[in-house]
Parts: sequence; structure tokens; C-alpha cells
Amino acid sequence: MTAPSISVSETPLVLYTLRRADDALILGHRLSEWCGHAPMLEEDMALSNMALDLLGQARTFYTYAAAVEGNGNDEDKLAYLRDVRQYRNLLLAELPNGDFAHTMVRQFFYSAFADLYWRAMMTSSDATLAAIAAKSEKESAYHLRHSSEWIVRLGDGTEESHVRAQRAIDDLWAFTGEMFAVDDSERGLIEAGIAADPAALRPAWLGTITAVASEATLVLPGNDWMQQGGRSGRHSEHLGHLLSELQSMQRTFPGATW
Amino acid sequence: MYTQALNNNSDAADRTIEDAAHTTAFQARIDAEARIEPNDWMPAAYRKTLVRQISQHAHSEIVGMLPEGNWITRAPSLRRKVALLAKVQDECGHGLYLYAAAETLGASREELVDAMLAGKAKYSSIFNYPTLTWADIGVIGWLVDGAAIMNQIPLCRCSYGPYARAMIRVCKEESFHQRQGYEIMLTLCRGSAAQKAMAQDALNRWWWPVLMMFGPPDQASQHGDASTKWKIKRFSNDELRQKFVDATVPQAQYLGLSIPDPGMTQDEEGHWRHGAIDWSEFKQVLAGNGPCNRDRLAARRKAHDDGAWVREAAAAYAEKRKFRQAAQAAE
Ligand SMILES: [Fe+2]
Ligand SMILES: [Fe+2]
Repeated sequence: MTAPSISVSETPLVLYTLRRADDALILGHRLSEWCGHAPMLEEDMALSNMALDLLGQARTFYTYAAAVEGNGNDEDKLAYLRDVRQYRNLLLAELPNGDFAHTMVRQFFYSAFADLYWRAMMTSSDATLAAIAAKSEKESAYHLRHSSEWIVRLGDGTEESHVRAQRAIDDLWAFTGEMFAVDDSERGLIEAGIAADPAALRPAWLGTITAVASEATLVLPGNDWMQQGGRSGRHSEHLGHLLSELQSMQRTFPGATW
Repeated sequence: MYTQALNNNSDAADRTIEDAAHTTAFQARIDAEARIEPNDWMPAAYRKTLVRQISQHAHSEIVGMLPEGNWITRAPSLRRKVALLAKVQDECGHGLYLYAAAETLGASREELVDAMLAGKAKYSSIFNYPTLTWADIGVIGWLVDGAAIMNQIPLCRCSYGPYARAMIRVCKEESFHQRQGYEIMLTLCRGSAAQKAMAQDALNRWWWPVLMMFGPPDQASQHGDASTKWKIKRFSNDELRQKFVDATVPQAQYLGLSIPDPGMTQDEEGHWRHGAIDWSEFKQVLAGNGPCNRDRLAARRKAHDDGAWVREAAAAYAEKRKFRQAAQAAE
């Protein structure tokens, strides 16, 4: 007996909130995989801190999504009982940790965006989203600082670290475009003043990325082909494996309380 | 501060007389319950004993991240996932304080860690057992952190100041971990039959290894005497083990779980007397033959080896920056 997936009525606000919750959960989960295995104890601490911030964000977003949906779902049902096609996170968040350079570049790309995005969301006309954004902004500012410092250290460190950091940038670049994409569902929320327009943030994001990369003696790729699909449930092959691990207990013991 | 290097003429005999005077004064301070601080004179054997004990303790915190870390990605609810990750992170923090305490005695974290990775330094035998189900996370918090608290509360009054202060901070967090572990057990025991069976199975597997955490029985313990005289150790292994058993049996009864020791009896004074411990198992685990010794060391070595280029990059960058700042200042 395994627990079946729930169904979710994805009104624009529910879908919007789930997307943010899924970004935070999946990226937080990835970072938590480092705990006990990081290059130094200080990074076990820092990566866990970032993971805890993101998992905390995920919990508040899921709780809000469940409340808005009003169908008796809760944070755990939304996290543990949706399958890969129902997940709405950015592809960037689900990519495997790779080496430490890949993890830090992924964090850097995401946090540089999240920091701008949560700041913009603090003026959302939705009071709950504005409050979550205010808390998330403080956290993402720290994540951005921490990951930027590592990008510079790795890029301008040794020959090997430079090669690894550059490879991570080249590998992950195509997954950054999805952060700025807007679909019809989200367009309505932007027009209503509930959601911020991510496309408007791209120049500022690019400014941050460019400045840090140049200090790190790293080069941003010229190609502008961008992968998409996470927001509508078309994921990489990696997410299914992540979910089968994440959800194993809830799927194996339907309805149990832990 | 140190002044010993100034007097090159003093011969070995003078030094022996001086050391004897120092040793008497040192022991008098210990007897008066004074704290020894890093710059105070201390016998070489005291220093060596502390470095060994504190570094073993630090290694235990770090290796101890692995069995529980095994469930971070599979924790059964978001609340449990966050709590477990925060707990394992706390253990890492404990490792850091303890390495820092060992460094106040002149050891370096790097050489201590290298000894552990080379298999030359010990860590607590308990972390060489596997976490097979979610209930193991409950049992570890309840019993392993519980046993750690029994061992560590007396260390808050240890004669060496930095170790005692680290322990005060660590004990606060360990008791939080223990409550959290017990609460996991309570939830399992109030849950379905399958959950309760999972809890009992975990207790069955961990009970005896947890009793072994207190170390060999008193007559066989190697370091007991000097450590007691120096007030590093205030209770014997068997005393601490007995305190732990007495505290734990009622907790198990409240959960409705049975202790896997058919020979256990309660004596007239109310103490719960456990049956004979299989010390040959303990010896095997210490000798490297526990179920997970190889996996634990392999995981720590892999993290260390895979991270080498990152640490080298950080060092190289710091060096470049220092050089650039010096060049800038010279302009
Ligand atoms: Fe600890
Ligand atoms: Fe603990």
C-alpha cells in the first residue's frame, strides 16, 4: 500500500505560492545533502544554515498555499504527496549538487535573483506574501553574500578551482532564464499588484552577476538559449529521484503521524 | 605567559625540582576546585590526557553527524526534517567548539583530524552502528544524546576551564536533542502498530551499544585514576551507566516499550540492575569491526579528500589578498 498523490486546485494564487514553496524546498533539500560531507566544518554549518532558511520559507509558503486553496491540504501533503509532474520549482533548484563549485554557483545565481525578488515582493498587495518576502529577503541577502564570497575565492583561488568554477557557470547558465519567465497565470497577479515582475529585475541581477564574476576573473557565457519547464511540471530526470527519497516515508505509511 | 625559554643554563636536575614544586601547586589548585586556564602551568600528562579526551569527543560529534545525517533527506515531515537538520548542525557546532578547546592546549585541529582520518584516533563506538529506520532517529536523540548528557554534565565542572565552558554550552543543546528524540518516540508509540513495532525494534538494536557508551567496567578502565585525581572525571563508568539506566527505565515504561534485557531487575534501593554486557562486541567495534566503522571513516575521508581543492583555493585566495593589500599599502 502506498499513499496516492493528492490533487491541487491550482488557482493563480495557489500556483504562484506553490512555485515559491517548491523552489525553497527543493533547493533546501539539495543543500541539506551536504550536511556531514562538506569541504570543511564551517561549510557544513553554512550550507545547513542556508538549507534551514529555505526549508523554513517552504513551510510558510506551503501553509499559505493550503490555506488559500482551502481543500484540507497542509504543508506535508503538498510536499510529500505530489508527484514529479505536479512540482512547480525552477529546474535550477533541482539540479544535483555536483562539486562544491556547482553548488555555490547554483546558490549564487538563485540568491542574486531571490534577494532582488523578495525585496520587490515586500510591497505586494497580499499582506501574507509581503510578510514572507520581508523575512526571506534578509535570508537571501546572507545567502548571496556567502555564495558571492565563494565565487570570488574559487574563481581567483587556484588554477583547479578556477577551472571548476568556470565549468559550473557554463553548465548552469542555461538554467537562469527560467527565473525571469512569466506565464499568463502569473501575469494576472503582476497586474493586480500581488506578484512582482521578475523580468524587470533581470538587468539588476545581471549587474550583480557580472560584477562578482569579474572580481572572480570568471567569464559569463555568451549563449542565451535558456531551458524551461519546471514551472509547468516538465522537469529534469533528477527531480524524480529526489522526490522518491524525500517522500519515501509518507508514501510507504499512508496517513501516519510522525 | 611562558618564560621557560629564557633560562638556557638550568640543567635537567633543576627542572625536575621546579616541576615537582609546580606539580604540588597544580594539584593544590585542583583540590581547591580552581579552574586551570590555557596559560597556566600544567603537567605534560594532564595536557596529553585532555588533548586525547577532548579530541576524541570532537571526533565523536563529527562522525556522529553521519548516522543521523542518513535520514535528513528522508525525514517523514517538514517539521521533522528541519529539526533533524538543525540537530545535526548543532553536533557539527559541538565538534567546532571542542576542536577549539583542544587547540588551547597547543594541538592543531588539522593534525587531530588527520589522526582520526588515518584511523589512529578514537571516536565514540556508538556511531559505528547503522540507522535503519526513522525510529533510530528517535532512539538516538533519546538514548545516545541522553547518555552523552550523563557523561557530560560532570564535565561542566571539569578542572580545565575551556573544556568545562564548552561543555556547559554543549549540554544545553544535548538536552534539547534528548527531549526532541523522546518526543519522536512518543509519537511513534502513540501511532499505528507498525510505528510502535518500529520503535521497539530500534530500542532492541540500540540498547546494549548505548550502555557500552559509558566505557568498560570500572576494574578494566585504563585512564580512571589520573583523570579522577585531576578532576577531569568525577564519576566512574559504572556509576554513570547506573544513573543512566535508572533514569531511562521509567521513560521506556512510559512509552510502553520493553528494555531488551530479560535479566534486568530492580533492587531494594530502587536501582535497575542490567544484565551482563557483551564486552567482546565492544572490543570488536573499537578494533574497527563494528557494522559501520569502514563506512564512517570512508565518508569522512571522502569529504576531506573531495574538499581539498576548496580548502586550497580559499588559502590561495587569502594569500593573494594579503599580498595585494600589502602592495597597495606600500604605494
Ligand atoms: Fe553533540
Ligand atoms: Fe546531540
